[in-house]
Amino acid sequence: MKLIYEKSQPGRRSSFVPTHDLPAVEVPEELRRAEPPRLPEVHELELIRHFTELSTRNFGIDNGFYPLGSCTMKYNPRINERLVGLPGFANLHPLQEEDGAQGALELMWRLQEILAEVTGLHAVSLQPAAGSQGELTGLMLVRAYFEDRGESEQRRKVVIPDTAHGTNPASVTMAGYEVTPVKTDARGNIDVDDLRVKVDGHTACLMLTNPSTLGLFDENIEEIAKIFHGAGALMYYDGANLNAVCGISRPGDMGFDIVHINLHKTFSQPHGGGGPGGGPIAVREMLEPFLPVPAVVREDDGTFGLDYDRPNSIGKVRGFTGPFGVFVRSYAFIRMFGPRLREMSEVAVLNANYMLARLKDAYELPYDRLCMHEFVLSARNLKREHGATALDVAKRLMDYGFHPPTVYFPLVVPEALMIEPTETEAKETLDAFCDAMLEIAREAAEQPELLKDAPHHRPVQRLNEVRAAKQPVVKYGFADHPHLEPTAREPVVAEAPKGV
Amino acid sequence: MAAAESYPDDLKYHREHDWARLEGDEAVLGVTWFAQDALGELVHFEAPEVGATVTAGQSYGEVESVKAVSDVIAPLSGEVLEVNQAVVDAPETVNDDPYGRGWLLRIRMSDPGEVDSLLDLDAYKQVLADQ
Amino acid sequence: MTENRVTQHPYLALTDDDREEMLRTIGVSSIAELFGDIPAGVHFDRELDLEPALSEQELSAHLTELASRNVDTTREVSFLGAGIYDHYVPGVVDAVLQRGEFLTAYTPYQPEMSQGVLQAIFEYQTAICELTGMDVSNASGYDGTTVTADACFVAKHATGRSKIVITEATNPQVRQVVKTYAVGFGLEVVEVPHRDGTTDPEDVRRAAEDAAAVIFQQPNVFGCLEPAPELAAAANDAGALSIAHVDPLSLGVLEAPGKYGCAIALGEGQAAGNFPAYGGPHYGFLAARQDYIRRMPGRIVGETVDTAGKRGYVLTLQTREQHIRREKATSNITTNQTLLALGGLTYLTWLGPQGIREVGEACLALGAYAKQQLAERAGLEVLFADRTTFKECAVRVGRNARDVVKAARERGVHPGYAIGRDYAGMDDVLLVAVTEKRTPAEIDRLADVLAEVAHA
Repeated sequence: MKLIYEKSQPGRRSSFVPTHDLPAVEVPEELRRAEPPRLPEVHELELIRHFTELSTRNFGIDNGFYPLGSCTMKYNPRINERLVGLPGFANLHPLQEEDGAQGALELMWRLQEILAEVTGLHAVSLQPAAGSQGELTGLMLVRAYFEDRGESEQRRKVVIPDTAHGTNPASVTMAGYEVTPVKTDARGNIDVDDLRVKVDGHTACLMLTNPSTLGLFDENIEEIAKIFHGAGALMYYDGANLNAVCGISRPGDMGFDIVHINLHKTFSQPHGGGGPGGGPIAVREMLEPFLPVPAVVREDDGTFGLDYDRPNSIGKVRGFTGPFGVFVRSYAFIRMFGPRLREMSEVAVLNANYMLARLKDAYELPYDRLCMHEFVLSARNLKREHGATALDVAKRLMDYGFHPPTVYFPLVVPEALMIEPTETEAKETLDAFCDAMLEIAREAAEQPELLKDAPHHRPVQRLNEVRAAKQPVVKYGFADHPHLEPTAREPVVAEAPKGV
Repeated sequence: MAAAESYPDDLKYHREHDWARLEGDEAVLGVTWFAQDALGELVHFEAPEVGATVTAGQSYGEVESVKAVSDVIAPLSGEVLEVNQAVVDAPETVNDDPYGRGWLLRIRMSDPGEVDSLLDLDAYKQVLADQ
Repeated sequence: MTENRVTQHPYLALTDDDREEMLRTIGVSSIAELFGDIPAGVHFDRELDLEPALSEQELSAHLTELASRNVDTTREVSFLGAGIYDHYVPGVVDAVLQRGEFLTAYTPYQPEMSQGVLQAIFEYQTAICELTGMDVSNASGYDGTTVTADACFVAKHATGRSKIVITEATNPQVRQVVKTYAVGFGLEVVEVPHRDGTTDPEDVRRAAEDAAAVIFQQPNVFGCLEPAPELAAAANDAGALSIAHVDPLSLGVLEAPGKYGCAIALGEGQAAGNFPAYGGPHYGFLAARQDYIRRMPGRIVGETVDTAGKRGYVLTLQTREQHIRREKATSNITTNQTLLALGGLTYLTWLGPQGIREVGEACLALGAYAKQQLAERAGLEVLFADRTTFKECAVRVGRNARDVVKAARERGVHPGYAIGRDYAGMDDVLLVAVTEKRTPAEIDRLADVLAEVAHA
């Protein structure tokens, strides 16, 4: 389909800007724009049709099952969209005086209290804009804590298991720390023996997702906490998989000192094709003085305010107090569950185990245990026997009307298929997906080309990613835009992480 | 087309899948067939500047495919005399001809004695067998 | 089984029969058994201490009540700005963003499922490059503060230097976030003071020696137009990256940073297509010259073809990113602000080239009118009066500006931001923002109210 720029016609427009009979203002010549930006020129109907057509070429949780592992693609309640659009929320300026923002401040304070209860920790900052920013903020707190104790020079290392999301090591570098990798044992837990030799007085903290990206709860978590705390180090919990354990096991009780929560996963902020998200952090009492400013507080008189007077704070990690609209949606989602958040997690885990039970004979199961809210299968049996890869399985699933699971992650499992159904799916949907997976395993044996050529019914077939990377075309070139044709070279389909 | 698997016996090898061809006090460096195969079709070569110093056992650049990136390890130390512009312009040249047109650097060796620590073909094949 | 499951939850589908059958298939007798891997010592042994579940009707009433205790820009005439602006957001933005196919999708990891959002991001990147005069834009960052910190990381690696120069007339929120990030980056941050509202290029020239980057804001926090081409030149001459923090809605009337030699242009996108929303979510944009394409943080979408030769879009240059390069990545960013950036694209499409110029001219003209009225009608001292300003102006109100804000709000007008918190010696200064949404009549009212409550 055409780009909006290719539909543009000089002279058309959608906007009509109010005019006032005021004199034009002179802008110094060297600062005034010489040539107008080539924004699209279309009338309103064309605009709406263009973006509506684009939307039909996209797939969201509203369209169908989206078991993208580690991304917790659950239902996004529509009432939340109405509520976030209330003028008192949408049109509230972030620098409004506190007495003119009591409703917003109370909502944030209530959300902080809820997240503290769910994580089993003492204090919460809502400021980080996403999980990875929560990680970075958490590591900044670690640094501030050890600086305060005079140990920051010696404690330079952050321990990360080989199953971790790539954001963990990337955040470590951005925080000025060094990564110490630790292995996974045969049951999918952290290798505690490997850990023991790697944790010492130079260790700042552990970063762990629990349950891990394998969908497994670390059975040695108490021992791990002992090792770190015994060495004077801290424990950081990557909350990407919190959806498994709400009301069942709390990170604070597991021994973690800092937690980030992905509001766009566990608490249903719609992810909007890549964002927004929210990455609040919860911490143990001794870390509270270092939290970002401003803090949202309840005053003695019952009103709510912003506290900037935190001399030990790491500072600000984002503008204002965080992505407020995300807080509205997540708060609304949580209030619809209350203590029944436990049921949310129970059903998420039940759904995942049901699918695992139905699929584990057709695909390899690298760690034969009950899973938590997600599980990782391997397509290496299909690859070995029929030459069909995890990527081929993923693409063929599209023909059945499903969004594929996460593939090639975590890195420790070859041909990984990481499946997370969430709690909001019906059994019929889970069954239909499992039926498709079983059928695809049969097709791999009998008609492998069905997988190799998939998808067959999407707006495009497999795309040439080599070409995109080698000669990057990252914007429309107007008159000079390249006329794309296939190259002689066959598109290469690489087997590598698709990320989460 | 990607080249067929081969490992010439006139080269010296480094266990990180790099090769060196000795020419007097100069050496030509590249990556082995195994390395390019593991990465897939290359889309980028991040090369050092001419005149820069490379150190044996340390990274002097990166090669990238669509979904993987790898440091290129210098088998020998020295000064960069030439960067293969053909690979900078068309990185897949390394896939097509890893030991010929797909060379990466020419250096002047600063410590020819380092050659003794490199692997010969049989030793490198043993490294591959252990992968 | 869960006890006390009073009613079937509207967001959950499994019936009691479903649960029984599924447990049988799994081969366990209870849901509790599924959690057997969790050591007994870390089992949570009570109910979460949260208020009971609400029905949607009760939820709606509760949140409507909370919202009603906020005084938003529909309830008082607001001249608040300082980075977030009350611009008009057209209906088409809501219509596009409420499409479930966009709203409820994850990051486009599977391009065949996600051509809609991938093409939209490609169009967004094009719009940002057009506005800024740059070669490459990412798919968005969290906001205008964090993209600036990201750019410092780019500059550190591009130059191998460890000093960041930032003008003091850059928005304080941006400077604070840069300083927070700089600790981990191992960067020193040096601020260059302003002289009578703008930055002296010679001051920048002196500070830029050995700097990785020079960051300035155009128009700056006071609304004053900086001598941007000269600031960029001072940075470039020192081998530092020149980074312009710009207001997207100024770029219909003000020159694009790419045209005056900047390496990177970035900023807060909220003004273009997002509601103020008490600070977010919004989008930060970041665009750069071609030289820095492999150092860009965040997602980038590229154009390519499918196996049949048909045009399509993919996430590209992914080896920069955390999921491949891990600790060596150009950034840790994963989630960005795609939906808000899509709002930006929709808005910029709605505006078109004439519209963005008209909005810019309206902000200039209404701003000039406000300065005139505040001086003549309210008798206030307009600071930096000989500078050209865009959207913002600073006025002295003769007494503590926070008290003036309070008094004015009692009269139904929010007169602006009391900037004394951020700048020494400015406790009696108000930063007054005027967008195209304000009318001359509202500005007259502001002047009348300030005449009454300010001691000039």
